[in-house]
Amino acid sequence: MKVSYAWLGDWIEVPWDAAALGQRLTMAGIELESIESAAPQFSDLRVAEILSAEKHPDAQKLQICRVAAGAGEPLQIVCGAPNARAGLKCALALIGARLPGGVTIKAAKLRGVESAGMLCSARELGLTEGSEGILELPADAPVGVPLATYLQLDDVVLDFNVTPNRGDALSILGIAREVAALSGKPVTGPALRPVSPAHADILTVHLEASAACPRFAGCVLRGIDNHTPTPIWITERLRRAGVRSISLVVDVTNYVMLELGQPMHAYDRARLAGAIRVRFAQNGESVRLLDGRAVQVGSDVLLICDDVGPVGLAGIMGGERTAVSRETRDIFLEVAYFSPDAVIGRALRWGLTTDASQRFERGVDPRGQERALARAVQLIQSVAGGEAGPVTLTVSEPHEPRRTPVALRRTRLSGLLGVQFDDALVESTLKRLGMGIEPLPEGWRVTVPSYRFDVAIEADLIEEVARIVGYEAIGERDALGPERVRAQPEAEVAEPAVLEVLAMRGYQEAVSYAFVDPQLQQQLFPDAPALSLANPIASDLSAMRVSLWPGLLKAAVENQRRQRERIRLFEHGARFECRDGATHEIDTLAGLACGLRWPEQWGVSTAMREPADFFDVKGDLQVLFAALSPAGSWRYEPQTHPCLHPGRSARLMRGDQPVGWLGALHPSFVRAFEFVHAPILFELDWAALALDRPRYREISRQPQVRRDIAFVVDEAVPLSRLLERVTLVASSLLRDLRVFDIYQGRGIEPGRKSIALGLIFQEFSRTLTDDDVARLVAAVVADLRGSFNASIRE
Amino acid sequence: MQALTALVEQALAEVGGCTDLGALDEARVRWLGKKGALTEQLKSLGGLPAAERPAAGARINEAKVRLQAAIEARRERLGREEIERSLAAGRIDVTLPGRGETRGGLHPVTKARLRIEALFRRAGFDVATGPEVEDDFHNFEALNFPPNHPARAMHDTFYFPDGKLLRTHTSPVQIRAMLERGAPIAVIAPGRVYRCDSDMTHSPMFHQVEGLKVGEGVSFANLKAILHGFLQAFFERDLAMRLRPSFFPFTEPSAEVDMSCVFCDGKGCRTCKQTGWLEIAGCGMVHPNVLKASGIDAERFSGYAFGAGIDRLAMLRYGVSDLRLFFENDLRFLEQFRTL
Repeated sequence: MKVSYAWLGDWIEVPWDAAALGQRLTMAGIELESIESAAPQFSDLRVAEILSAEKHPDAQKLQICRVAAGAGEPLQIVCGAPNARAGLKCALALIGARLPGGVTIKAAKLRGVESAGMLCSARELGLTEGSEGILELPADAPVGVPLATYLQLDDVVLDFNVTPNRGDALSILGIAREVAALSGKPVTGPALRPVSPAHADILTVHLEASAACPRFAGCVLRGIDNHTPTPIWITERLRRAGVRSISLVVDVTNYVMLELGQPMHAYDRARLAGAIRVRFAQNGESVRLLDGRAVQVGSDVLLICDDVGPVGLAGIMGGERTAVSRETRDIFLEVAYFSPDAVIGRALRWGLTTDASQRFERGVDPRGQERALARAVQLIQSVAGGEAGPVTLTVSEPHEPRRTPVALRRTRLSGLLGVQFDDALVESTLKRLGMGIEPLPEGWRVTVPSYRFDVAIEADLIEEVARIVGYEAIGERDALGPERVRAQPEAEVAEPAVLEVLAMRGYQEAVSYAFVDPQLQQQLFPDAPALSLANPIASDLSAMRVSLWPGLLKAAVENQRRQRERIRLFEHGARFECRDGATHEIDTLAGLACGLRWPEQWGVSTAMREPADFFDVKGDLQVLFAALSPAGSWRYEPQTHPCLHPGRSARLMRGDQPVGWLGALHPSFVRAFEFVHAPILFELDWAALALDRPRYREISRQPQVRRDIAFVVDEAVPLSRLLERVTLVASSLLRDLRVFDIYQGRGIEPGRKSIALGLIFQEFSRTLTDDDVARLVAAVVADLRGSFNASIRE
Repeated sequence: MQALTALVEQALAEVGGCTDLGALDEARVRWLGKKGALTEQLKSLGGLPAAERPAAGARINEAKVRLQAAIEARRERLGREEIERSLAAGRIDVTLPGRGETRGGLHPVTKARLRIEALFRRAGFDVATGPEVEDDFHNFEALNFPPNHPARAMHDTFYFPDGKLLRTHTSPVQIRAMLERGAPIAVIAPGRVYRCDSDMTHSPMFHQVEGLKVGEGVSFANLKAILHGFLQAFFERDLAMRLRPSFFPFTEPSAEVDMSCVFCDGKGCRTCKQTGWLEIAGCGMVHPNVLKASGIDAERFSGYAFGAGIDRLAMLRYGVSDLRLFFENDLRFLEQFRTL
């Protein structure tokens, strides 16, 4: 909210300069966002009077004016504005004056006539964005006075960020009350006369939704001249508050709202028919608003109606039918209290946030209607004349907001804040905040002023005391913690350790959005339904990811585009699966390898210069798994996945549980993404990464015996099955089993493959004899012949 | 006799002429082996008269010892020469790169998060987590956001058609943790959060860390101490901290946390917009309604809560100037953070 320092000065004697005021309020919870001079910078401008204006002999549109600018001879000024006329008070830029935007006024000759300065428009002075002709000042403007002084332009505008709980601070008065609480100075404000009725015209008001609108003050003003220009001091204050001038009546209602925080609405009295009703909308009703739009309203929208129908959305915006125009002579002023519940959220349905709705949503002082009405009547009459009728105040007493006193306990205050405040300090602080206090044995009973919607419980009072005294008055004190050892299951592996294994294998952690392109995801995972956002930031960021792969693939493609030849990425985050009508959020670790097996380097075999394949990534995973548990508990089952190469994909199993996938991207996607090399992808449920606690097994002191055998089997036989069989048959004496060669090609029939195994035997109690080993090997050979149609390769 | 002397001379000459260990070994066998020339001499002692045998035997043994010593000396010398030669041949350029270096690294936001977790663990906090797809109850209602309240509008919430939403802050984890564990409790909850807002300084997904401590006698003074202690530990420097009154529906009193700018030490610079202060967190004492919604006796227990942006902490710690870099996954950026 924009606050003019000078305007605030009407309401309280501010003991600080503008910067210090901003600082003090910031530290009390009304945060200063920016601070600016009220006027754009200009110099050497005077209030002047045009004494005479004659046509320029050689120019159609120019006039030669004689202008009085205080002491000294009148000046000759050439002016092109059509409204330059004798008797007009205006703004004169003297020779040497600087205007906003850096223009400097020089003596000039216009079509042969000398001009000793320039008469300025409001736009040239930076006071408005557009204007016609030169600025017209009131007739009583004192000639010769610097314009900046006359317009109080040495003012400062402070823009505060008012938190949504502090509706009471959205006014000059509200800010003045804060200053009063901080400084101890009283809030004064302009004197208010009660409205003195000069006629008897009133409008009857029926509060048919009295909980939503329990108070409604109204007054008819007759015979005003709404053509009267709004005085510059009002338009100037509106401008500084960021509000455009529209017409006198509207300007005054805005002025009072800005000053007192009470929104109000003026109707053209002549267009109102019968009595005023405040009621909720009936289904299907529509209202044509001031901005010309017709809006359909639901039954939870509060309306102001006359006998014909709706004349406005209560607390949001008035209707077109009864709008005030320049020609309006008689007006009806509505100053009501609408409860926040009746206004909240409604305006946004039509994309509206009005100054009124913003205030009603946050809470307007339910006691402030008469004062605001009196202020508005006084201002309008002082400018545009007219006669006021009686003020009618319609009240539904049972529904008037009431504040129940709140108890504040000394122990709670000191306990919650961790600081001891003197009673006297607490009491004076509460009093400065306008609170009533009565002593209680354990503290105080506090009556909160009607405008403080945010203070309802003890904790609120504690905050009030703390923020006015200042948070800096509260010291820092270490808490006493419970002295106990907390559980730390050994099976729960520390996240950094897992991430670090992948980092050590060359993978770089990525962080990608949890929402992805639904089309792409649908192509990659046609069988996986995804959760869709109702209001995505972009259509290609609207589906919750069912896998971390879309993000990693996108990141890989982009890095490939940046000419990276070797890409290793991983991510740890949630994926979102829809199953059985519910969303399952699964903590997931996924990775991708693409491009060179090793970074380009000297001294490695050609094999190491190839692109990474399935077994490189499998090796990385095996390192990770080895860090967690014995190798045997992880298995790789050949299974197909829609986005993986059908012959190069495996379901990852831990025990009997499927816990992830490993595979090469399907060639059709390799092409679609324009990958140079097929990325290898893996994805794992984080929950599967539990640590198996190591247990000691006895070490044999007997020598080991190794026998190497090469089998030839059908190429379709998975190695894992072969190894399982060998392990089973070779008995517990098999200590280790190594696969040291796989061969297909010359010397092996097509469709078959040779597998070379190293079997390492060892007994605990004795040295194995050649016969022992030969028997075991023979049993293995015989079994594999039978089980896999294996032949021994000599 | 003459013959033995000549034989020894010849043997010594041969040994001296050996230029590698193989030849030397052959020479040793030729002279001292089972059928070696000197061994043969010993065998021939039998043909001598008994009286001459001891003297002759002694001479032959003396010759053998002399020859053995010569062979040893030669062996040693040749061995030394061989090592010298292999050293010369084995010289490498130690400045060549090592083989197979492939270090990756963690994301800077993760690094910052892990650092935050470690610091709070040392202060007795557990790390708690919660879902990112949340419901209205945990994200708003239990946190004392009334329906339609303007404070909700400030959250720019992503919704799903069924009314669920993407959590807009990590605060719902407070509720879950309290409902699950009761009081006393001390947890932090780091994680991803979402708001439909995207520009230079906003990302629709970002990271927060929530802190919560509830117990008997937990006070605002404790909150100030833990926050200040954390900031000093995280940035490893003395820095000033100030709390400004503010508003969050779920805390009362509430405050924004400013710390003195880490780039200019509070003197004023571009990063802190010349104010000398950086807004770094929000905090406050847990609102009694929140304690009640979480099943905790608000008369017996009090608590504090705070929330800070991890991305912002990471930016300040590592000097990253643009938030968007965190989510572009450009390896040229990520690789700069690959230290442990």
